[in-house]
Amino acid sequence: MKRHLLESADLDRDDATLVLDTAAQIDQALAGREVKKLPTLRGRTVVNLFYEDSTRTRISFELAAKRLSADVINFSAKGSSVSKGESLKDTALTLEAMGSDAIVVRHGASGAPHRLAGWVRGSVVNAGDGTHEHPTQALLDAYTIRRRLGRLDGVRVTIVGDVLHSRVARSNVWLLTTLGAEVTLVAPPTLLPVGVDSWPVAVSYDLDAVLPKADAVMMLRVQAERMNASFFPSAREYSRRYGLDAVRMAALSDDAIVMHPGPMNRGMEIAADVADSVRSTIVEQVGNGVSVRMAVLYLLLGGNA
Amino acid sequence: MTVLVKGARVLGGDPADLLLKDGRIAAVGERLSATGATVVDADGLVALPGLVDLHTHLREPGREDAETVETGSRAAALGGFTAVHAMANTDPVADTAGVVEQVWRLGRQAGLVDVVPVGAVTVGLRGERLAELGAMADSAARVRVFSDDGHCVSDPALMRRALEYVKAFDGVVAQHAEEPRLTAGAQMNEGDRSARLGLTGWPAAAEEAVIARDVLLAQHVGARLHVCHVSTAGSVELLRWAKSRGVQVTAEVTPHHLLLTEACAESYDPVFKVNPPLRTEEDVRALRAGLADGTIDAVATDHAPHAVEDKESEWAQARPGMLGLEQALSVVVETLVEPGLLDWAGVADRMSVRPAAIGRLDGAGDRAHGRPLAPGEPATLLLVDPAARVPVDPAALASRSRNTPYAGRELPGRVVATFLRGEATVLDGEAVR
Amino acid sequence: MAGSREPAASRTSTAGVLLAPADVARVVDRMAHQLIEKAGDALADLVLIGIPTRGAPLARRLAARVAAFSGTAVDVGTVDITLYRDDLRLRGVRALEDTLLPAQGIDGRLVVLVDDVLFSGRSVRAALDALRDLGRPRAVQLAVLVDRGHRELPIRADYVGKNVPTSRAQTVRVHLAETDGTDEVLVTEGEGR
Repeated sequence: MKRHLLESADLDRDDATLVLDTAAQIDQALAGREVKKLPTLRGRTVVNLFYEDSTRTRISFELAAKRLSADVINFSAKGSSVSKGESLKDTALTLEAMGSDAIVVRHGASGAPHRLAGWVRGSVVNAGDGTHEHPTQALLDAYTIRRRLGRLDGVRVTIVGDVLHSRVARSNVWLLTTLGAEVTLVAPPTLLPVGVDSWPVAVSYDLDAVLPKADAVMMLRVQAERMNASFFPSAREYSRRYGLDAVRMAALSDDAIVMHPGPMNRGMEIAADVADSVRSTIVEQVGNGVSVRMAVLYLLLGGNA
Repeated sequence: MTVLVKGARVLGGDPADLLLKDGRIAAVGERLSATGATVVDADGLVALPGLVDLHTHLREPGREDAETVETGSRAAALGGFTAVHAMANTDPVADTAGVVEQVWRLGRQAGLVDVVPVGAVTVGLRGERLAELGAMADSAARVRVFSDDGHCVSDPALMRRALEYVKAFDGVVAQHAEEPRLTAGAQMNEGDRSARLGLTGWPAAAEEAVIARDVLLAQHVGARLHVCHVSTAGSVELLRWAKSRGVQVTAEVTPHHLLLTEACAESYDPVFKVNPPLRTEEDVRALRAGLADGTIDAVATDHAPHAVEDKESEWAQARPGMLGLEQALSVVVETLVEPGLLDWAGVADRMSVRPAAIGRLDGAGDRAHGRPLAPGEPATLLLVDPAARVPVDPAALASRSRNTPYAGRELPGRVVATFLRGEATVLDGEAVR
Repeated sequence: MAGSREPAASRTSTAGVLLAPADVARVVDRMAHQLIEKAGDALADLVLIGIPTRGAPLARRLAARVAAFSGTAVDVGTVDITLYRDDLRLRGVRALEDTLLPAQGIDGRLVVLVDDVLFSGRSVRAALDALRDLGRPRAVQLAVLVDRGHRELPIRADYVGKNVPTSRAQTVRVHLAETDGTDEVLVTEGEGR
């Protein structure tokens, strides 16, 4: 493993598999226990440096670090020195001077974790940067698929929605293909990046044509404000063409699963009865997120003096 | 000051001596001698007419922490320049006779290069109404190049009026070609890499669409048009087409667009963030070919100093722009001379003769540039050692800023001396002051 | 990595065979008899918990022999101690192995930890820490195939297959058929593990 987890490309197939296997062993070790805590990272300090509000991701990382007995500091940009104009670099150096061993960073600017990694000695974990990547989300998605379907090699994963602005989609494309899955992106052409043809994926504009062949369908959150920038004409039209409702879900094969990184827009990209169906792994994904993040923190921090 | 330059290869030709006296070239020939003259040994050095930059950001007034007229002038002289056009996007904007005269005076005080102010096309660079172009033209700064650089004059009607209006004083509008509606939030060239890096794309079409529109407007109203920092293969094609139709269009390319590609963005280091963005290998090849065949008239640096805090940040938060004055000639040697695309006469043409002509500095007046290195002409020239390869050390730059994209690179061609009207501004590779 | 697999060819001329395959089987049998004898009436409560890597198959073998000799089936489990180690920073991270407890758990039972080599005692300490988080056994004992001395903690084994005086500079390697293709215990000079 490299010292940082900045993007899915930091993980080769062996590394990615190691993270998933480690998460599985942690799950197994903690299953049914009263004391859901391990002493592994006792005395290490993990800083959650969040420049964007994301309660769920922050809590997930916080829980992961605490279950490994690390000290956790939550540093949110709002109401801190950052809102007084402190630069990312100064903030990073300040946190390091206070003894942080790892910085988990969520930032609105693509590449901010890369910059951070150049300034600090500790490990940097990307918890979502702009429209670039969100590698631990992809790891937890891969973990969820592997748990439900038993494998990743050859699994057909369809990712539907705002690929253009989605760090979740980018991270999943690289990680899932590294792990041998076949990825198909489905979106209106306006929500696919120019240059997507160079990605190792299939691209379709037609959800109905793709669904019967999918083993896993991952629905991306679509923000209504994209409508105002004419990425699509209306929420209704988007939902009609690219939303997953019960009728479409019926076209899926028997074992296929439905995923969503959350938070969901029920009624927009996913219908409520789909989100709550037995195919849905949405709640499971949240739980798996903690295990996968524990695995990442252990592998990045456990061995570093 | 009398200077005897011994054994320089004028435009790369056979070695000759040049006698510089009273601001002019007194003689060119073999085995010249002059008692009391400062002798400069130019064995192996190439003599070129002083370089003219059509596109420099000197940041004064307003951001003297990033650059001043004086520090920028020194950087220019060290790069072999004898004239630089100072862009108008200062604070306050150079949109009145008062501001352009202030910049012009600061240049005179520094005395290292001719600082030729560029006037803003529109008031405050806002693209709404014309600035007092005539007043700037008639001022002591004698402005001939007008540009809203940093912003595109995107309103087609306003652009047409500007093109027409400056005809009255032989001016030219230098357009920053960027359709703003296509580049909202743009961070880098739009393509495979922007898709992967998650940085908002700046499509080539946003540049090309404006160039296409403007050459048609220039032709329609019979005006001169200059296109700033051309960055795409498509732009070169459009310029070639326009020139073949007789449109009075000229264009410039920056050193960084001749050398670097969008691959630099992989590091997310904003030292490589620039507007227009670094493009693809294919674009770089087309730009070199376009400069070699004359479709692109000039190399212009777009020297854009930025304070450390404006670059040591997230990519999206960083200001666009990079330094260029001190390495421009080296980059041209690396990308065109050494590969055989351009000879030294070609370098003189693209970096001195043609930019001087575009800026109307090519006459016989007191700020003549781009003139032949012949007896009777102004002694405004430089000597470059083409064999020297120099590693670029940001800390050693004369610019007040450090945002060079060439840090750590070894580039060919070291400017040994620069003369402005017979006075040395650089000797032995050092600025005289 | 402790007990890492290595090809037979890497055995140097200084390698001494401490236990041959037949010796290993004999030693395991003897340990099984000792377990039965010492557990007495508590045999039904016995849980053998192997410490991966080689403690796990060793625990299974012991359980099988105990069952064969006593007619009483014995529960087996494994506890991976990696996440409890206090020397991760020195040794680096490694892949985790199984932690599997019998369905009835370990509360109130007689737990015997099983490992291949007892050296510093740090692995056993980590295993004790792990057990504390997993339940509350009535008693915990320790069985090891080889005790090579050099303890750094106040820990001793209740069942020892073979005591081997070693120097710190020597390395003791246990190979088991399940993990290494053959049963044997080797002592090599150097490396100091």
